[in-house]
Amino acid sequence: MIRVTLPPHLRKLAQIDGEVNLDVEGQVTQRSVLDVLEVRYPMLRGTIRDHVTLRRRAFVRFFACGEDLSHEPPDALLPDAVATGREPFMIMGALAGG
Amino acid sequence: MSGVRVLVGTRKGAFILTSDAKRERWQVSSPHFAGWEMYHLKGSPVDPNRIYASQSSSWFGQIVQRSDDGGKSWHQPGTPPGEPTTAPDGSPKGESNKFVYDTSPETGKPLTTHQWYDGTPHPWEFKRVWHLEPSLTDPDTVYAGVEDAALFRSTDGGQTWQELSGLRGHGTGSSWAPGAGGMCLHTILLDPSNPSRMFIAISSAGAFRSDDAGKTWRPINRGLHSLYIPNPTAEVGHCVHRIAMNGLRPNVLFMQKHWDVMRSDDGGESWHEISGNLPTDFGFAIDVHAHEPNTIYVVPIKSDSEHFPLDGKLRVYRSRSGGNEWEALTKGLPQSDCYVNVLRDAMAVDSLDKCGVYFGTTGGQVYASADAGDNWTPIVRDLPAVVSVEVQTLP
Repeated sequence: MIRVTLPPHLRKLAQIDGEVNLDVEGQVTQRSVLDVLEVRYPMLRGTIRDHVTLRRRAFVRFFACGEDLSHEPPDALLPDAVATGREPFMIMGALAGG
Repeated sequence: MSGVRVLVGTRKGAFILTSDAKRERWQVSSPHFAGWEMYHLKGSPVDPNRIYASQSSSWFGQIVQRSDDGGKSWHQPGTPPGEPTTAPDGSPKGESNKFVYDTSPETGKPLTTHQWYDGTPHPWEFKRVWHLEPSLTDPDTVYAGVEDAALFRSTDGGQTWQELSGLRGHGTGSSWAPGAGGMCLHTILLDPSNPSRMFIAISSAGAFRSDDAGKTWRPINRGLHSLYIPNPTAEVGHCVHRIAMNGLRPNVLFMQKHWDVMRSDDGGESWHEISGNLPTDFGFAIDVHAHEPNTIYVVPIKSDSEHFPLDGKLRVYRSRSGGNEWEALTKGLPQSDCYVNVLRDAMAVDSLDKCGVYFGTTGGQVYASADAGDNWTPIVRDLPAVVSVEVQTLP
């Protein structure tokens, strides 16, 4: 089971509180986690990554295990601690003022 | 008893202001979509409970929201949570925030480039929805004007969107360039007397008209004179800020251009200037009285480099003669130390017997006049910066 945390605006869109728990079959990567997340919560499509290119939106960040994984390839394996559910995969809004 | 519902989009959420027909006492909702930029909200003319809203964010992109109960509750009209994301036939269900330029051979146009600020070609990139225009006859049909400039239409209540690509691809698109606010399609006018005719305007490309319900388009900028482009009378390239129409006389259009207030008496075939005695003819908002097609309103702004009223005095100007002769409306508006702006979609009128006029400011005030502009009162003073104002006149 994969644990995913979302920023407040996206939790509100998805009408959820707290973490999301996902069952991801096969390899646990950014892409496979986001694919399952968007099937479960289709209203999040386009908000984390572009509809067409599937690239991460510029001001969205992916953190896990104290590291910024935003620039990792989408098919790179996520850390074991994420794959086993010990640590969450954190989807964050980048810091910005205003 | 009839009443009005004012839909206010701000930089940090949407607000709904309601009153009975006297328009003296107002209820102000708590923010909808708090923290999001709400570029525009507009209700269906045939079903006042149906409201569409454009919700966007630099972080999370574009969202389309819909209410079917007059703004009490909202939902994204795509697939609800927990439901299958594919239809029984295997096709994907709607994604209400998916705006993809149509490049298909059957219905689309090649996605070429437009001009970037430095004159280089730049690919078309969807950024946000600036304006939503519900159909005059069908609550499930709604048009969206987007940045980078294109026109989309939904016929399923906002679940899915299809580009009317004849506009972007009609021939001049490669020479369009963004204004400072982005290359936005901000005005959509539907002709109530002719379902095939619609008008749109783009900053900074100009005005365009379709006579076949959006399939094909042509520029309608003859008579515009813009000193900030190399050829001041070019076919396209004019920074049109807003166009307004009174449905009683849809062939007459009024335009607030970057500089100049303009009028067309022939459905946009030609334009002539009606700035007349305005103290400055720069501005963004323009609207027409609901019952008097020759009574128009503008809010003059000092200049393109100083986006606030002249002399710190917030004045609406009204012409009862269709332009050229203007009177300042000041009663109830701040006449000193006022340095707000009124953006292009932030003025609207109701259709009660005594026409109400409304506008919002970047300082967060929404002003209302229940007597066609003679007297003004602030409904609210301290909202986030107001981006758009629309009014629904309720039965």
